[in-house]
Amino acid sequence: MAEPILDIRNLTKSFGALKATDDVSIDLRDGEIHALIGPNGAGKTTLMHQISGSLKPGSGQIRFLGEDIGHLGVAERARRGLGRTFQISSLTPEFSALRNVMLAVQARQGSSFRFFREVMSDTSLTEPAMAALERVGLADRARIPAAELSHGERRQLEIAIALALGSRAFLLDEPMAGMGQEGSRALTSFLDRLRGEAPILLVEHDMDAVFALADRVSVLVYGRVIASGRVEEIRNDPAVRTAYLGEPA
Amino acid sequence: MQTALLIEQLLNGIQFGVMLFLMAAGLTLIFGVMGLINLAHGSLYMVGAFACAWVAAATGSFWLGLLASLVAAAAAGAIVEMTVIRRLYGRDHLDQVLATFALILIFSEATRWVFGSFPLYLNIPPLLGGAVALPGGVHYPLYRLAIIGVGLAVALGLYLLISRTRLGMRIRAGESDREMIGALGVDIRTLYTIVFALGAALAGLAGAMVGALQSVQVGMGEPVLILAFVVIVIGGIGSIKGAFVGALLVGITDTMGRLLLPQMLAAIIGPAQAAGIGAALASMLIYIVMALILAVRPKGLFAAQA
Amino acid sequence: MTRETIFNVVLALFLLALPFAAMAMGEPFYVSLATRMAILALAAVGLNLALGFGGLVSFGHAAFFGIGGYAAGILASHAFNAEPLLFAIPGSDQMPVIWIVAALAAGFAAFLIGAVSLRTSGVYFIMITLAFAQMFYYFAISWPAYGGEDGLSITMRNGFPGLNTAVPVTFFLICYALLMAALLLLWRIRDSRFGAALQAARQNEVRVAAIGIAPYRIRLFAFVLSGMITGVAGALFADLNRFVSPSMMSWHMSGELIVLIILGGAGRLFGPVAGAILFVLLEFLLGGITERWQLFLGLILLGVVLFARGGLIGLVAGKPRHG
Repeated sequence: MAEPILDIRNLTKSFGALKATDDVSIDLRDGEIHALIGPNGAGKTTLMHQISGSLKPGSGQIRFLGEDIGHLGVAERARRGLGRTFQISSLTPEFSALRNVMLAVQARQGSSFRFFREVMSDTSLTEPAMAALERVGLADRARIPAAELSHGERRQLEIAIALALGSRAFLLDEPMAGMGQEGSRALTSFLDRLRGEAPILLVEHDMDAVFALADRVSVLVYGRVIASGRVEEIRNDPAVRTAYLGEPA
Repeated sequence: MQTALLIEQLLNGIQFGVMLFLMAAGLTLIFGVMGLINLAHGSLYMVGAFACAWVAAATGSFWLGLLASLVAAAAAGAIVEMTVIRRLYGRDHLDQVLATFALILIFSEATRWVFGSFPLYLNIPPLLGGAVALPGGVHYPLYRLAIIGVGLAVALGLYLLISRTRLGMRIRAGESDREMIGALGVDIRTLYTIVFALGAALAGLAGAMVGALQSVQVGMGEPVLILAFVVIVIGGIGSIKGAFVGALLVGITDTMGRLLLPQMLAAIIGPAQAAGIGAALASMLIYIVMALILAVRPKGLFAAQA
Repeated sequence: MTRETIFNVVLALFLLALPFAAMAMGEPFYVSLATRMAILALAAVGLNLALGFGGLVSFGHAAFFGIGGYAAGILASHAFNAEPLLFAIPGSDQMPVIWIVAALAAGFAAFLIGAVSLRTSGVYFIMITLAFAQMFYYFAISWPAYGGEDGLSITMRNGFPGLNTAVPVTFFLICYALLMAALLLLWRIRDSRFGAALQAARQNEVRVAAIGIAPYRIRLFAFVLSGMITGVAGALFADLNRFVSPSMMSWHMSGELIVLIILGGAGRLFGPVAGAILFVLLEFLLGGITERWQLFLGLILLGVVLFARGGLIGLVAGKPRHG
């Protein structure tokens, strides 16, 4: 079997006495959606921060595309193709949707030290950005400042940015949060198609979406992975039912 | 002789440091609780000095002057907090900087208007005049020792206030979670005014005490304010302990640097050149120390958890 | 054209017309007032790159202003006394040479200050830039070779090939041309890739890092360029007054540069121009009425901060627009 795109081994992170991540090993393979679920405070977001590099790693190993990236900063990991969206939507609010995506295209081209050419007339930025907006269905909102987009539209924009970055793997932190039923359904079908492009590590509370999308599910409780496997296995795992779904064993 | 000079300068450094602590404690407390950067803190120092000098001249009593400095600075602080500062809590730092810069202009011109452009002078109270013989053959001014004593007492008092009293509990709660103390039913507006007035009173106290060592004049607070910034940057914003350690470090480094650097340079390049270059380098020393500390710890020595 | 563009053109033409109107009215003193406006505007244009576009509230730009001033003063005094500066490098009384030296010296200082202070943010950044500027201020005071506290006089205004800089209007036009060149540069930068990254880092640092652009390098470059522009303004200021002193580096100067930008409109291309015109006019008009003009400046500034955040351009042209 080929090496996983993203391979996390024995990752640990402590805040004082509290182990927020406790010896976690998970991986992400080509073409799949791997969902990470668990009750509030289980350490899902901490884990995402560790993988994306915004938290210092603690101990353990993070390999991405065959290389150890544990010592790299956020920007460098992103440059290597680790695309991440935020639990709390995080955009450059004054810029239009288009300029938000253009910035990602610019980052991908690796050329921010250019001082004279006007970006809005630079088709090597505008065209790929528009294409990404079209793919998420935001093309008609391209000129609207990000701050004025609706909650669901900002989520779509987040994904357009990740697309424009040409990411080799996506880390999506609760993309369904705050979406209406309609929006969730549209996003679910979009993510379903997205996995063909690059695998997705998905943190999500919306169980309908998780069970509809995930190829594999890992359950995180108190920083530990208590179960990991295919959807049906997890659904029927007694330990998961007790610890997470709150049912008696 | 050299040892005596060293001890004397060391004490001067501690006295300077303690005075910086009085300034820095208020600044760091106000930042920690209200998230506000206050450039006008030096103006409150000036208010304290002027109040002390004026009342002491009018009544002939330094002690009444000292009391007046506390009252005047606290009152000025409370008034400014209620009229201007209060509107700045939710604003970004640029707004805070500009508004408090404007307050400096207003305070300075208003003081010049009232007291004129000539400096006032404040005498050391007779009770604290003269010098004390210390071991090592040092004769050290009693008044400066008294400043050190007052500074240490204030540091202890602040420590007890914050760790042992109800007000201190509220202050600590305010530092960690602003919304929570609202939920606890604490009147947050009053708390903020009290904290601001307390910081102002400390600045006023520092101004009054230093007023007897230097002349009392408009603009006297600003160099001290900037040094107090260096202190809290070194110590970590929001930390009283950091302010204390940082203040002593800055006070001693600056004083000893001015004494020792020219001497050390004289040994290398000869006394004629050394005086000028040494003085110039000594004036940069604390900023270099600040840069070095920041290079290792960008949030200061005792940074409060984010 | 947007209202902002129209207003910008009006501002530029107003400043250009001012000295000629002054000459026509037989009031040559006003020429130096207009020159002062242009120089302060140039200094603030430099700061605006860091503060307005980059969101970096530098309270230390007086250091770069002063370093530029001293570059002019020191080079000119060595040229005048025909003493070599260092290892047989001569001084210079030619403005283009002086500007380059001023920009390089200020840029180097900005690199040193920026490299340390940009590791921090928020209030730390404000206080650290303030502290480092103060360091240069005290250094200038205690360094005896170039006048120390008393400052340094420039015997004759430095020259420019083919022009007579002693003629006030000629010197104004030199300053005005540099101001326009700097505005042109900032206009290009604002709409460039670099400008996009810089402005995005102001709005959301985490996002910029997350897409793979390291904000530190972008900001450091902006900070250095910003210091260089302000440094050139300092050299011009020294030539205007034919005098440099440590007060050019004082923290009041840093504060005034920020005030200029805010009075004019933060983050607006012509904000510093509007601010400088307004500031020098206020100083002149209020200063003519009362000795206490700083008191009123304080009150006006307080009013602007509390109630009119957009400054003059915000008042005239409304909120800024991004593409």
